Amino acid sequence: MASGALIAAVGQVGEGFFKERSSDTLPCQSKPSHLFCFDWARENIDRFGTPTLQHFEMVVVAVVVGFAIAFALALLAHRRRWLQPPLLAATGVLYTIPSLAFFFLLLPITGLGRTTAIVALSAYTLQILYRNTVAGLANVPESVRDAARGMGLTDRQILWKVELPLATPEIVAGLRIATVSTVAIATLAVFIVAGGLGTQIYGGGNLTFPTSIIIAGTIAILMALALDLLILLGQRVLTPWRRAVRA
Amino acid sequence: MSLLAHPLLASFGGAIEFIFTPQTSNVTGGRKVGGFDEVMELTFNQLELTLFGLAAALIVALPIGLYLGHRGVGETFAVALGNAGRAIPELALIALMAAVVGVGLLPLTIALGVLGIPPILTNTFVGIRQVDQATVNAARGMGMTELEVLRKVEAPLAVPTIFAGIRTATIAIVATAAIGTIAGFTTLGDFIINGSIYGEDGQLAGAIMVALLALTLEGLLALLQRRLTPRGLKLRHT
Repeated sequence: MASGALIAAVGQVGEGFFKERSSDTLPCQSKPSHLFCFDWARENIDRFGTPTLQHFEMVVVAVVVGFAIAFALALLAHRRRWLQPPLLAATGVLYTIPSLAFFFLLLPITGLGRTTAIVALSAYTLQILYRNTVAGLANVPESVRDAARGMGLTDRQILWKVELPLATPEIVAGLRIATVSTVAIATLAVFIVAGGLGTQIYGGGNLTFPTSIIIAGTIAILMALALDLLILLGQRVLTPWRRAVRA
Repeated sequence: MSLLAHPLLASFGGAIEFIFTPQTSNVTGGRKVGGFDEVMELTFNQLELTLFGLAAALIVALPIGLYLGHRGVGETFAVALGNAGRAIPELALIALMAAVVGVGLLPLTIALGVLGIPPILTNTFVGIRQVDQATVNAARGMGMTELEVLRKVEAPLAVPTIFAGIRTATIAIVATAAIGTIAGFTTLGDFIINGSIYGEDGQLAGAIMVALLALTLEGLLALLQRRLTPRGLKLRHT
């Protein structure tokens, strides 16, 4: 790939962000061998603001939507056991279809843009979230359920006051896996013109250059890490009895 | 309005046509794009790249996972690697590999291998580790060597868990192989990513083919897993 094309791509990628720039102000141009150009990074870090926010929004919406659907399906399957194999197979198919392909299968229906990205990313998370919720509910010991019934709890009360709290660690484990994976995969949203950090990796029909790729990739990894920690923290708040055991 | 004239059906109809008959593209100066031969060629390319990446991942991850699992050491490492692996943004990995190492089959194989190692290594470790220690001791008591214990007892019992890792890795690798096209190895992703050349029919056709390829691979692995799982384990699952 010609370095001229690369530099042209870098110019295009920056369009629409906070600062006006002309391409001849790019530093490190003469030394394309530099893996990471600190001068460029210092000068251009603001380019990553908007894509980071877009990326974050896309991931959060996709995971929340995915979780709502998966949770509802899991509760349904918990009551009606015969639904479990077909639901597992259906979510499995959605999980297996590569996101890039999924985006473009949706293209005739939802068109280019964020909606398509969010639908495909949500569909991807269903399998992990559904499977973990069902497994978490199934792993509640029968004796615990019997005790709850003996105390006079209705089925609905057993579900919300006994089964779901006990299943929380497994549900949260699924949520963490789904969230971290979605942060990584959302970089592909650039191909469906849905913005996000992918725009700083691949823009205007070309790869950008290493410095930009490294920054965008690092932000994505840090975002995944931060969301993972946040969910973990949420779990500690939701399951105080587990802390009591450890102390 | 007739159902056949529905725009959605027209889109998919156009994509199917693209897969079987070459179409005239408006940007390639009259060169035909698509058609069965080109679609098959790119499908084969993507399959080749996927298998190379999977092989690279297996060669590295399986022995390490089996060894660590058998010895029962490195749990923190194996689990942390699995978690960290999920956070790698595929696009950044491919892009960086292309920009720093170079384009073509070899750098892509390395990138895809890197992507496939964490799930396989972690699941192999966990699968071997989960085998009941009493079973392992019984095997030792029968006079099996350590290698025999691993090969005849631990590995067969860990097949479901190991395969879950291999399947996760395969799904990630075949999906990322589609993007390989931006790193100089033309796969089915080319139809999708270079929409200006292939048109919307081509994009949709590429998406259909990538989805079918991924589902086929997943199906084949599920079958293989069934063949390799010891009969006793299958009984317990039903």
